[in-house]
Amino acid sequence: MSKQKLILIGNGMAGIRTVEELLKLEPEMYEITVFGAEPHPNYNRIMLSPVLAGEKTIDDIVLNSRDWYAEKGISLHTGDPVVEIDRISRQVKTASGNTLSYDRLLLATGSNPFIIPVPGHELPGVVGFRDIRDVEMMLESARQHKKAVVIGGGLLGLEAANGLMKNGMDVTVVHLMDILMERQLDKPAAELLKASLAESGMNFLMQAETAEILGDDRVRGVRFKDGSEIEADLVVMAVGIRPNTELAQQAGLHCERGVVVNDTLQTFDPRIYAVGECVQHRNSCYGLVAPLFEQAKVCANHLAMLGYGRYEGSVTSTKLKVTGIDLFSAGEFNEGEGDETLVLQDPAQGIYKKLVIKDNRIKGAVMYGDTMDGTWYFQLLREETDISGFRNTILFGQHDLGDAGHGDETRVAMLSDDAEICGCNGVCKGDIVNAITSKGLFTLDEVRTHTKASASCGSCTGLVESLLASTVGEGYAAAPSKKAVCACTEHSHDEVIQAIRTAPLKSMRDLFDYLNWKTPDGCSSCRPALNYYLLANWPGEYQDDAQSRFINERAHGNIQKDGTYSVVPRMFGGLCTANDLRSIADVADKYQVPEMKVTGGQRIDLFGVKKEQLPSMWKDLTAAGFVSGHAYGKAMRTVKTCAGKTWCRFGTQNSTGLGVQLEELTWGSWMPHKFKLAVSGCPRNCAEATIKDFGVVCVDSGYELHIGGNGGIKVRVTDLLCKVETEAEVVEYCGAFTQLYREEAHYLERTAPWVERVSLGYVKQRILEDEAGRKALFERFQYGQQFAQIDPWRARAEGAEAHEFTPLSINRMRVAS
Amino acid sequence: MSDWIAIAMLDEIPTMGARKLQTETQEIAVFRTGNDEVFALRDRCPHRGGPLSQGIVHGDTVSCPLHNWKIDLQSGEVQGPDDGCVNTYAVKVDEGVVYLNLAQAESAA
Repeated sequence: MSKQKLILIGNGMAGIRTVEELLKLEPEMYEITVFGAEPHPNYNRIMLSPVLAGEKTIDDIVLNSRDWYAEKGISLHTGDPVVEIDRISRQVKTASGNTLSYDRLLLATGSNPFIIPVPGHELPGVVGFRDIRDVEMMLESARQHKKAVVIGGGLLGLEAANGLMKNGMDVTVVHLMDILMERQLDKPAAELLKASLAESGMNFLMQAETAEILGDDRVRGVRFKDGSEIEADLVVMAVGIRPNTELAQQAGLHCERGVVVNDTLQTFDPRIYAVGECVQHRNSCYGLVAPLFEQAKVCANHLAMLGYGRYEGSVTSTKLKVTGIDLFSAGEFNEGEGDETLVLQDPAQGIYKKLVIKDNRIKGAVMYGDTMDGTWYFQLLREETDISGFRNTILFGQHDLGDAGHGDETRVAMLSDDAEICGCNGVCKGDIVNAITSKGLFTLDEVRTHTKASASCGSCTGLVESLLASTVGEGYAAAPSKKAVCACTEHSHDEVIQAIRTAPLKSMRDLFDYLNWKTPDGCSSCRPALNYYLLANWPGEYQDDAQSRFINERAHGNIQKDGTYSVVPRMFGGLCTANDLRSIADVADKYQVPEMKVTGGQRIDLFGVKKEQLPSMWKDLTAAGFVSGHAYGKAMRTVKTCAGKTWCRFGTQNSTGLGVQLEELTWGSWMPHKFKLAVSGCPRNCAEATIKDFGVVCVDSGYELHIGGNGGIKVRVTDLLCKVETEAEVVEYCGAFTQLYREEAHYLERTAPWVERVSLGYVKQRILEDEAGRKALFERFQYGQQFAQIDPWRARAEGAEAHEFTPLSINRMRVAS
Repeated sequence: MSDWIAIAMLDEIPTMGARKLQTETQEIAVFRTGNDEVFALRDRCPHRGGPLSQGIVHGDTVSCPLHNWKIDLQSGEVQGPDDGCVNTYAVKVDEGVVYLNLAQAESAA
């Protein structure tokens, strides 16, 4: 069968992004032809402002060179625009008279700058600010003339004014409203911005309505409604954009402000799709890049005939690309009825931050002077995170939440090129910026794949996002609020968990079929997650799939960099006898263990064991009474204890015994991530219970229960859940909390980020207020433990999964046959 | 004499899994995919030498257990933005028996 024909009208960012997304999904499905009105290959329109300001060249902002089109087999026609669409014969006609037929058509005609139709608007020297030609024309004027007037004090107008000023012109910004950038800023932020721009030499005429452009053969001035006049050799109209719907209208497609599309980016003619600034979706037209990229992804999904993507609109954020000015805005930043606002103002330093809040969720943000946390606020906004837990300090920024990693030095823009951004993979700022510009990267995921930055522990994610934002402008595609489990699916973790419970799904194969997994058997990211979810929800029924487990959990030991394993026997509560130690020493001697150490969780680690030796080593350890310590798993790890009342003069309660009891309750349980407990015998807290997933601090009158702490990359101190009076209650609350986490957290999400995501209030409601619910959670935990507390070491010492530990050999079959 | 050596019954290799084969001179990872196709590669990731036989097998790909590099089982080539290549060896399955041919190394690193 010959390929279908796809024609793209519009060689801009949205259209080409759609083609790129399509080629990723179906590289061979279409024969693709692209028509562009401009004589250039695809370039980054957002970066025109830095070009005008002389900070970048046109070559810097080209996204896809002509070689790219050739390499992908796409025929590119620049400078010969399509002038007519014939929907009946499914053909397009170009200005030069060529006709070409299509099976599917993609409209990405973008928008036109709105030129106010006042007298004189067609005079030479009046331009919009939209494409390379406009920029060239402005630069040309700047070389020959002195006075520029920019009509429009919005984002684009101010960027144009700044650029012209950098080129030596005397610039006046004329604005109809009394505040600049009124669509992005509130009054205080706008005043700060205006003051700062005025200081750098920009002039302003506020609340001025243009009546006429004056001039004969070239513009020489502007007259306003009130009769006043101002001199001008160049007038830039930057009062807004209008979706370019001309072609679509002429072809009889339904248009309002833009070309109307549905959630699959289809116009009223199902063979014709539309994306980008020319589109009107659910009554919104977008002029920023991030939404266009979201549209591109969905549209490509449908062009590839996969049929499951949906575009549901975008929340946008803005940054002004004027060097030296930090400004960020997102969402609904003017408070409405019933909203609350948090404001931080430091006029001396020129800092202003405002968050608009409703029901403890961020609705909007405006920031001026210090925008470091813009991406963080935007993420909280999109994910509708409950901020009650850190509302007191939220205005001071994310590092104030206990981010021990980078703190104040996170002003990425000021870092030198050799500053290390990703400590895990040793990636410097220069490497990342290089990759972003040379490979045309727009998303965090792309940067991760190409540079490895933020691909390991993730603590530098915020830095990398800031770098992306400062390198490609506000158009960088922020991570979508709904995160798919991995590239094998569009479904989120929550959707998968929901389907497993309600469908119900009890095997991996059923799950792949039911949720239309895109790959035949998943990948190394999703399979371990799915295996966990199935196991956690159907403990008695689901057959654990060893091949979907990471090697540590398959081999029940930690793989080390040389391919050997480490072995940690469980010692309940960290207690041991001389005999236990003797047995471990004997095993270490027998298997010539090269190194041993005491772990942070009060256990003994034996390093350097060959995989083939594991089962017989476990046999000896099992015989001495040990079970697996699960030090290798996304599982309950250890219960750390202090000296305890028996010996310590400060001790209260039977803390050590309680530690043993909790470890006996929870050992063997698989978890979304590792899970650590501790019991301290008094508030001196020698067992460090307040940086554990579940910590108990014994006091004279009972037991304080603490949750959601961890050491590690980002230290988080626990939240106090409650205080209880009896050991039996500690056990029940511990089991119930553990089970809530097991059922509702995402795979690889530790309790600390999970508690922050769902909020402490939610956990309290489920564990404290809902007594029946708590008891039910505890019962489900105990039920699951029947199946989990089968020692994997004993089973393997007795011969289970023998193939895992026995290498094949060349001679084996010869002897057998 | 044929160069094909019988090394295992197909059933002895877990589906979507692998076994390590120890020869006198080297270690070879023998993979079985979800479609029962069998591949043999040198058991050493070109990145930091991780044992590929211990990785997760998905599609025709294995993810290295140490740093998650993804290696194409057919070609031995590292996928995505990472670069590198692993030696592959000829294998075949005949009546449930897996044969390996060490004489026919299919690519040289």
